[in-house]
Amino acid sequence: MVPTNYYVILSAVLFGLGVFAFVFKRNIITIFMSIELMLNAVNLAFVAFSQALGKLDGQVFVLFVIVVAAAEAAVGLGIIILIARNRQTLNVERVDLLKL
Amino acid sequence: MPTYPMLEYLWIVPLLPLLGAAVNGPFGAKWPNKFVNIVAIGSTGLSFLGTLEAVREFFESGQRLFHKEFFTWIAAGNFRAGFDLQMDQLTVVMVLVVTGVGWLIHIYATGYMAHEGGYYRFFSYLNLFMFFMLILVLAANYVLLFVGWEGVGLSSYLLIGFYFLRKSAADAGKKAFIVNRIGDFGFMLGMFLLFRAFHTLDFQAIFTSSTLQGWPVEVSGHLGTLTFACLLIFMGACGKSAQLPLYVWLPDAMEGPTPVSALIHAATMVTAGVYVVARSHVLFMHAPTAMLVVAIVGCATAFFAATIGLVQTDIKKVLAYSTVSQLGYMFLACGVGAFSAGIFHLMTHAFFKALLFLAAGSVIHAMGGEQDMSRMGGLGRKIPSTYVTMLLATFAVAGIPFWAGFFSKDAILFATFQSRPGGTVLYVFGLLTALLTSFYMFRLIFLTFGGKPRFDEHKVHVHESPWSMLGPLVVLAVLSTVGGWVALPALFQGPDYFVNFLGPVFGGHETAEAAGDIAAHHLELILAGVAVGAALIGMVVAYWLYLKRPGKADGLAHSLKPAYTTLLNKYYMDELYAAVVVRPLLWISTNALWKAADVAGIDGAVNGIADGARAIGDGVRHAQSGNTRSYAVWVVVGAIVIIAVIFFWPSGGKPVLGMVH
Repeated sequence: MVPTNYYVILSAVLFGLGVFAFVFKRNIITIFMSIELMLNAVNLAFVAFSQALGKLDGQVFVLFVIVVAAAEAAVGLGIIILIARNRQTLNVERVDLLKL
Repeated sequence: MPTYPMLEYLWIVPLLPLLGAAVNGPFGAKWPNKFVNIVAIGSTGLSFLGTLEAVREFFESGQRLFHKEFFTWIAAGNFRAGFDLQMDQLTVVMVLVVTGVGWLIHIYATGYMAHEGGYYRFFSYLNLFMFFMLILVLAANYVLLFVGWEGVGLSSYLLIGFYFLRKSAADAGKKAFIVNRIGDFGFMLGMFLLFRAFHTLDFQAIFTSSTLQGWPVEVSGHLGTLTFACLLIFMGACGKSAQLPLYVWLPDAMEGPTPVSALIHAATMVTAGVYVVARSHVLFMHAPTAMLVVAIVGCATAFFAATIGLVQTDIKKVLAYSTVSQLGYMFLACGVGAFSAGIFHLMTHAFFKALLFLAAGSVIHAMGGEQDMSRMGGLGRKIPSTYVTMLLATFAVAGIPFWAGFFSKDAILFATFQSRPGGTVLYVFGLLTALLTSFYMFRLIFLTFGGKPRFDEHKVHVHESPWSMLGPLVVLAVLSTVGGWVALPALFQGPDYFVNFLGPVFGGHETAEAAGDIAAHHLELILAGVAVGAALIGMVVAYWLYLKRPGKADGLAHSLKPAYTTLLNKYYMDELYAAVVVRPLLWISTNALWKAADVAGIDGAVNGIADGARAIGDGVRHAQSGNTRSYAVWVVVGAIVIIAVIFFWPSGGKPVLGMVH
């Protein structure tokens, strides 16, 4: 039986990687993937605690997160494709029309 | 089918003119005058017929007071104000005068206004006025009466300012409205005081309440609740009926078309104050101090306005001051307890003053708009019908025997003479006023119709008015002549029918005259003789000054220059008000309210907040770089800060945000 600590540490590492990539990468696809990574890191923590505490609540949460992540992927990828078509680039530095 | 259909549906009487106004106002603009006439005259005529039928039913039913609640208008706690109408003898007099004279003036106006712009607008306003005036006289409580009271004020404002392109007319309308507001303020306070004392504002509920029955008569000089309430109500009456010191709006109101002057500013609306005092006579009888104030103010106004009337040269201004003066007579009568005499004079005055104004309108019409009597003269032969009818009205107002004004004025002077305290002084001034009245009225007649023309006869085409104008003149001339004859038997020791008629309303509050006292009767005859003598003196002096020796009047004016200029400038009352009220008010408004409070205070605060918000926004807008990754950094930083706060807040071991122990 793997101790809960290991799962939590792995989850924190994955989340930290996700945040790092989210902030520092320029490619929209990569940023998008880092968001997925953060979501799944949280999912891992949920499942770990669920197993450790013997309660199902955490697993129910995970199902919700997966559903929302799927919906978000559908919408987000659609937006990314539109940006790529309109601007001929995937670099977020170039997508700054909201700037005053 | 009810036994008395018109009484049961009394609301139809005021509703008809309202319908006329509602039809003519929006739709009349595109119609030919003939349609507007049919609606306006038809609605008031039907209203008059309805009134006649209601009055007939009222007498047939033989009840002392008809009172009907149609619907509840305001219900708040134990306060109820309903759309309740009532009819008693006092209402009968008022409502017949309003609808009858009003209808005649409507007919006259179709001729007078035929060539004016805004024809439909004029009749719409006039019908609206009729509606409110009928509400005023039919109302069965003070609140509904106040609705009519304010409504006639509104109509008056609209009609004075009918020629609103002329600045003087627009100003006169505003002046009338604002001065009336001052009086209405007192009227409302009086109503509040009455409600506090009696917990109701229904006429009958107050007048017959046990509170009032057990209320001791407040001795002179003692300012009790009723005295205060009566004085406040009288303040409203002063505004509406143009008494000192609130009379200043009425002469200016002559800027309105002449039929308006006749209907609103002579026959009906301005008598509303007298009506209210007479309606509240039960209260006033409990407050002798208030009665004395009413009598003094009435008498002073009567004399004061008559002196100004002596020197005015504008034909309508003379009549306006005459109206103020005659209204003073009515208040004098009410103040000395002769309410019947006051209402009698109100009725006769409605006839002859409406006639005087309409005839003056006919003269102005004939002269093509000229109102200055110094540029008239010799019109008697050119417009004989107008001349004869106006002469009859002048006989009536001057108190020449057997014309209407003689009887009513005689009744007032007699009651004044008998009243205590101060009856003799009031009587002397009343008598002097009668003399002055006779003088300035015959001066008007001689200047207008007598002597030689003082205008260019080639330029001014003098012509008699059409029959739509002369018809009402003739009817009113007949009424001015015979209108007082109901009191004729009283001269020969018979019953005074008018006093007896109003007896059920005013009860036992009448003077010895009604009691048939022989000594009092002889006294009355003597006083009547004195009054007639005064009237004849005024007439002869006017004849001598303005017909016999035309240059003499100017010489007299020259030798009495200070007095003459004072009168010509109306005792500088307008200038006094301008200096005491208007200019300080303007100064405070300009400097304190406008420049200090509004510009510096309110605008400063609003603009300051706006400027501050803009400065802050200007500062923080740079955070919005438009770069997606910078936003991502802010999100991460925000999350770290929140987590740090949750973990490291120095809470002394207490739970933070209810999450972590």
